[in-house]
Amino acid sequence: MYAYDEIDRTLVNERVSEFRDQVKRRLSGELTEDEFKILRLQNGVYLQLHAYMFRVAIPYGTLATNQMRALAHVARKYDRGYGHFTTRQNIQFNWIKLAELPDALEDLAKVGIHAMQTSGNNMRNVTSDQWAGVAPGEIEDPRIWSELIRQHTTLHPEFSFLPRKFKIAITASDHDRAAIKIHDIGLRLIKNEKGETGFEVLVGGGLGRTPFIAKTIKHFVHGRDILSYIEAILRVYNQYGRRDNIYKARIKILVHELGIEKFSREVEDEWQHIRNSSLQLDDEVIEDIRSRFTYPAYEKLPHMPDELRQAAADPDFEAWRKNSVAPHKVQGYSIVTISLKPTGGPPGDATAEQMDALADLADKYSFGEIRVGHEQNLALPHVAKRDLPALWKALDKLGLATPNVNLITDIIACPGLDYCSLANARSIPIAQELTRRFANHELANLIGRLHINISGCINACGHHHVGHIGILGVEKNGEEVYQITIGGRADENAALGTLIGPGVKFDEVADVVEDIVEAYLALRERPEELFMDTVKRLGVEPFKERVYATR
Amino acid sequence: MPLVNGGKIVDDSFVKLAVDTPLPEGGDILVPAERFFGEADVLLKRSGKVGVIWPNNRDIAELVPYLGKVAAVALVFPTFRDGRAYSQARLLRERYNYRGELRATGQVLRDQFVFMLRAGFDAFEVKKQADAEAFMQTAKRYSVFYQPTGDGRITALHRRMQLRHSEGVGT
Amino acid sequence: MTSPLEQKKIRIAGPSVVTANRTWDGIVVYRTAAKSWSAELSEAAIVRNSDEAKALLAEAVADDVGAIGPYIAPVQIGDDGKVLPGNLREQIRRTGVTIGQPAQV
Ligand code: HEM
Ligand code: SF4
Repeated sequence: MYAYDEIDRTLVNERVSEFRDQVKRRLSGELTEDEFKILRLQNGVYLQLHAYMFRVAIPYGTLATNQMRALAHVARKYDRGYGHFTTRQNIQFNWIKLAELPDALEDLAKVGIHAMQTSGNNMRNVTSDQWAGVAPGEIEDPRIWSELIRQHTTLHPEFSFLPRKFKIAITASDHDRAAIKIHDIGLRLIKNEKGETGFEVLVGGGLGRTPFIAKTIKHFVHGRDILSYIEAILRVYNQYGRRDNIYKARIKILVHELGIEKFSREVEDEWQHIRNSSLQLDDEVIEDIRSRFTYPAYEKLPHMPDELRQAAADPDFEAWRKNSVAPHKVQGYSIVTISLKPTGGPPGDATAEQMDALADLADKYSFGEIRVGHEQNLALPHVAKRDLPALWKALDKLGLATPNVNLITDIIACPGLDYCSLANARSIPIAQELTRRFANHELANLIGRLHINISGCINACGHHHVGHIGILGVEKNGEEVYQITIGGRADENAALGTLIGPGVKFDEVADVVEDIVEAYLALRERPEELFMDTVKRLGVEPFKERVYATR
Repeated sequence: MPLVNGGKIVDDSFVKLAVDTPLPEGGDILVPAERFFGEADVLLKRSGKVGVIWPNNRDIAELVPYLGKVAAVALVFPTFRDGRAYSQARLLRERYNYRGELRATGQVLRDQFVFMLRAGFDAFEVKKQADAEAFMQTAKRYSVFYQPTGDGRITALHRRMQLRHSEGVGT
Repeated sequence: MTSPLEQKKIRIAGPSVVTANRTWDGIVVYRTAAKSWSAELSEAAIVRNSDEAKALLAEAVADDVGAIGPYIAPVQIGDDGKVLPGNLREQIRRTGVTIGQPAQV
């Protein structure tokens, strides 16, 4: 875990006092809303339907337990007792009062948490694999680099007023859990022939109105040059990115309009100017950041402890273990995913009580560390296998042991019309209904890995384009209508889904999803053929027929 | 609109000319880029100082041949959301070694001062009187900087190295 | 964002109100006939034609310190004269989320 030093703390405190002054000027009328809007966005404050929303960064998804408790405290003291974990390693509070925000920020700053650049047209929270540092086979802990980039992008004097928001994600595993291909810059950590650390750099991914999968702009950028290379991309984007049309302002459009070759030449030219500057990272500097990430003192533990062997007799435990527990790089330990998708619950929400209790469990069983992933679930990254049965019981008491990770009810959904002022339709109630329809664990298990992603408008915060089943809410004659796509995916084989036909009404969405699933069960060649593979093999037609035959 | 230069509110010696304003006899003038290129010879021979108002969508490299001759470059923030001039400023200072006055114009508010100073601006046409008066105080708001720029302030990464070395010496 | 007043024409299809979020705490408020804001829809000034709507909006927009993002929203007036939100979005703003808040479940 990265430990803030005095320097980081000073910056966060300076930011809080600046924002306090800005809020004061806003409330006194010295600043108009038009002037203030950007300032509040740069501190993560949106306006939703009911109130202000406050988005707090959880850089690369790593939280210490005192930080989790501080989030619980904010939920309790300044909000309505819960928070919403998002798809970009942030947490949102939905009912915050502007006048109290500086106090909330100050409380968070005490434990090294901030909300800088969690919205606005600047570089957003740098995200990474939620299993960073513990996944078997990982090349190197990507959080070292995430942190270097986080620092470099924080309050950047040149790039704080970009044409549009800018998101960077980093992965260091073969399996991409950070969805780097749908980011403005995606970084895949690799080693060159000499064994040196560097990155494959992808650029121009993004969802929204015009979705694009990111393209490789450079196959290898040495680790020491990564800041200058990112700076070169940003400088090209800052100068040439479109500012005349908000829907065309993301870097993906610039890359698309120039073509990746021309764009990469521009970047290359710029890079040659700044490559050998003070942006170059000495080994010493990298080592300094690395040294501030601490790892637990793991014990030497057996691969298969007795506790686990005994618990295997309990089918409920086994159901949970099979989809929530993943291998750890250290023998005798595992990574435990905690589902924030209970049957009938809003995806990604956690109450203050759950957050506090999870912090206690993490102290007891996970060396005080918690992770947040883009699927809106949490994880305990270092659980000794012998503790799994006890942990499971404790999670179950908290309503946090739903055995559905990666199954059909592990749904990603944006806030939609229940909260969001840009929404056309509701997302959460659709998710809730689907979790009820597929609540039967045997059925969900039979279906296997299947991701449903739901967005309440074309902005695609719920990643509907890359859901195996994607659901997009639109509005038609004052009614909520949902367009359904299949065959998308967000991992290393990222692809956009295909529309299966005309939109359907709110009440019909769950039926249609059931039809699609039934079609899949009938069409798959064997039980191991996953939904997305069946769609790949057969295309959308057979699904379309099934869904629209009776409609 | 108050002008802040060297950290203080000062009188602006420059008069801004439009494309077609008649050229005054003497005195310091700021002229739009297109006019500057049209009559550079005439303008530079006058007695007063000459500065250029440079739009934020024109390649700043075009100005390089004249950088030794102009006394001021005014970059434009049509709104404070439009950050192109930050890149132009850094290029002028850090790549083209421009040392004359670098002025921020347009929608310049207190909340951008730190960014602007770091990008190399040293003169500010500030929209609001209160912001201009708060300049010094606002400029000192931050003591920690994560990025290296031409302003030479030490970055957090390097400050850590220094601290570490001095600790190393002590023990 | 362009100010709502810059929209060329303001057309309303039926009775409407001006609504916004109060600046200091963000809660949903409605513009009243007394040139202030109220959290009660029943106290909102009702406008019935474009000119009235435009005037009410202009006056609301001018109070930038009081509330933010004012816009015209449709309402329905029941037989008993009770004012009800005119669409789902306004319904949700008026009565809250349709999903139950987790802290209360
Ligand atoms: C009031 C709440 C929100 C507002 C107003 C909002 C607004 C937006 C907008 C306008 C976009 C499209 C940007 C573009 O394409 O240029 C977007 C994209 C996105 N939002 Fe949100 N959002 C909200 C909540 C959320 C939440 C809760 C999540 C996570 C669950 C989220 C995650 C994302 C992601 C991942 C994208 C990615 C698409 C992309 O990068 O192209 N947002 N959001
Ligand atoms: S996808 Fe649309 S409705 Fe959903 S949170 Fe994003 S902006 Fe709001």
